Amino acid sequence: MRGAGAILLKDLRIEWRTRESLASVFVLGVLLLVVFTVAHDPEPEAAPALAPAVLWVAFVFTGLLGVQRGFLLERENDCMSGLLSAPVDPAAIYAGKLLANVVLLGVTQAVVVPLVGLFLHVDLWGVLPGLIAVLSLGNVGFASLATLFAAVATRTRAREVMLPLLLLPLLVPLLIGAVTATRAVLGGGLGAARDGIAVLIAFDVVFVVAGWLLFAYVVRD
Amino acid sequence: MGPDPVRAEALGRSFAGVPVLAGVDLVVRAGDAVVLLGPNGAGKTTLLRILALLARPTTGRLALFGADAATAPPALRRRIGYVGHESLCYPDLTATENLEFYARLFAVPDADARVRDLIVWAGLEAAARRPVRVYSRGMSQRLALARALLHEPELLLLDEPFTGLDAAGVVALQERLATLRLAGHALVLTTHDLERAAPVATRVAVLHRGKIVWAHDGPPEPVVVAAAYQAVVTGRA
Repeated sequence: MRGAGAILLKDLRIEWRTRESLASVFVLGVLLLVVFTVAHDPEPEAAPALAPAVLWVAFVFTGLLGVQRGFLLERENDCMSGLLSAPVDPAAIYAGKLLANVVLLGVTQAVVVPLVGLFLHVDLWGVLPGLIAVLSLGNVGFASLATLFAAVATRTRAREVMLPLLLLPLLVPLLIGAVTATRAVLGGGLGAARDGIAVLIAFDVVFVVAGWLLFAYVVRD
Repeated sequence: MGPDPVRAEALGRSFAGVPVLAGVDLVVRAGDAVVLLGPNGAGKTTLLRILALLARPTTGRLALFGADAATAPPALRRRIGYVGHESLCYPDLTATENLEFYARLFAVPDADARVRDLIVWAGLEAAARRPVRVYSRGMSQRLALARALLHEPELLLLDEPFTGLDAAGVVALQERLATLRLAGHALVLTTHDLERAAPVATRVAVLHRGKIVWAHDGPPEPVVVAAAYQAVVTGRA
């Protein structure tokens, strides 16, 4: 875990210094939110029904941007070779990149979620614990799969196109679970979100383990 | 005396069906400094990346310090240092931050002192707190060398290590490599510039079309090696 911790801190330090991911991710997140709100122009009572879709569409697109940037860091100056030449298990590199992505996605969510509440007139305060649980599970699931596929995509020539092509079809079960669970949480609390949360937990377990086991094979020549 | 740092038998590597290495046999013992010469595309970088465990051979067998490279544990990398064509350092971190990061990955004892020493050795004291993005080619190369030396590897693999260095940098590197070799470290260098590598070399090999086609044991005489190299590469040998 020494390696994973060092990589996490290094990624966060670079992000703090450059703010490249966060700046673009925030702008895209807010833009998507404004577009959805203006396009649907929902009545106050109908607006909360729109919130789960708006939230997750915003997270998927901003997340794609952030995760891709996280691996471009490793491409510049062939830094991935530096990581792979170190005496750490490639699974630890995966864990470090995954944790960094989870933190950055979490920061994005911390900004976008209150704005969704504001724009769509959703009272988030009462459902906050349940919402945080669902968002965190979705966040881990997205990051686990996106981290693995970003490592694959950065090794290809058409990397900007490749990541969404590889990732989005496999995210469908996660998104169904996440939207279902978010809608249930916003409507009535965590108990009603049981099925969606079960999907999210299963997805998280499967893809964290898959990433942990497969990362070594996708990053080495 | 432990097992040889490098024992490669019939190493081959292809990319998309195109052979880049076509059966390389190479043994590097502790205290050896092997200089690999060869024209562009001869397979020098690929061979070094395989020895650094950054790439897998398609065929053949590689043992590093007696351990089969195909099943080697990550801890084996602690004994290997690698300098590539690029610095392997993060452009948005400073030289000190980059070395501290790698010191953590390699679990270098007394890391702060070691990083300070290498910053001084690399002549980067004045620039140590500047992001690597603003470094010149020579400064980046000195940082890359410092990074590879950080954990005092027993096997040092250097791909064109003199590239970008000024005269003082070349001398400092030659002295460092000579000291390491005398202390029993094994070195493998690729270069196009034998004049600079010759003072530290104990053996020279010419790699051509993925094979070692000429080798010379003992400190090289550049004129002799240059003649052999020309003969091999132009097909007269």
